[in-house]
Amino acid sequence: MVELIETILLAVVVLSLAAGVFFMLAGAIGLLRLPDFYTRLHATGKCDTLGEVLIIFGLLLYHIYYYSPGAELSVQLVPVKLLFLICFIFFANPTATHAIMKAAYNTGVKPWKKGDRRM
Amino acid sequence: MGEKSSAKSGKGVGIFVTFCAMFLFWLLLSGILDPIHVGAGIICSAIIAFVSHDLLVTQKWDKMLRKSGRFIIYVVWELWQILLANFDVAYRVLHPKMPIDPLVIEFDTSLRSDLAIVTLANSITLTPGTITINIDQEKGRFQVHAIAHKPADALLVDKTMQQKVAKVFMEE
Repeated sequence: MVELIETILLAVVVLSLAAGVFFMLAGAIGLLRLPDFYTRLHATGKCDTLGEVLIIFGLLLYHIYYYSPGAELSVQLVPVKLLFLICFIFFANPTATHAIMKAAYNTGVKPWKKGDRRM
Repeated sequence: MGEKSSAKSGKGVGIFVTFCAMFLFWLLLSGILDPIHVGAGIICSAIIAFVSHDLLVTQKWDKMLRKSGRFIIYVVWELWQILLANFDVAYRVLHPKMPIDPLVIEFDTSLRSDLAIVTLANSITLTPGTITINIDQEKGRFQVHAIAHKPADALLVDKTMQQKVAKVFMEE
């Protein structure tokens, strides 16, 4: 029974790390492939948020299982800090994306339209 | 007279609640329970609670609790939307032909308060194919960059997200 739980937990950890890396990679490819400033922000703004959160979530589970039992209180509380980190990423990332987007729009960067040449 | 005293007790409750929240946050971050650390935590939380209690507790209790409950339900829905958004972006980026057709759209909402507008703006940025560019708070007008026509229609025609946020913050 314990072995089964451990296997499932490890599978969830590996899956969330892999999914996180996949989304980060998709964001990076998007940064290179998409045609202009605004569409590139679409790729980085969304994929980085979920990618980072999934990676942190995987580490959190791993920590709870392997380091928390029998450890000091300050070590046991590390997952809580990671949880706060996830919350802050969910607030900060879209806000920063919006700030960059607004700055670009107000300084007159032209949005790419379908059929235009790549910039 | 009665109103004044109730406002005063409201302030006391506000300070107390802020203090509890700050002190809990301190304990969670430090995790060391000797007198020096806990004492420093109490002093810092008390100062913060005294100076900035009006930032955390701004409304009546029952209303805030109801809003928080609805907000949690909204966050669950929002997480699902974020997952969809990432698959959407990954699909558009990895597809050999890159099915994108960017456009800038504008729409009006009934939202006025800071928190409601921030929630909607961040939600728009995180959900499939749209990023907020500009917001006119007085008119509740949003300017949004969409990566294709379909996500733009979700905001212009369906308006699911606006309705959900308006329901959470009771600003329909």
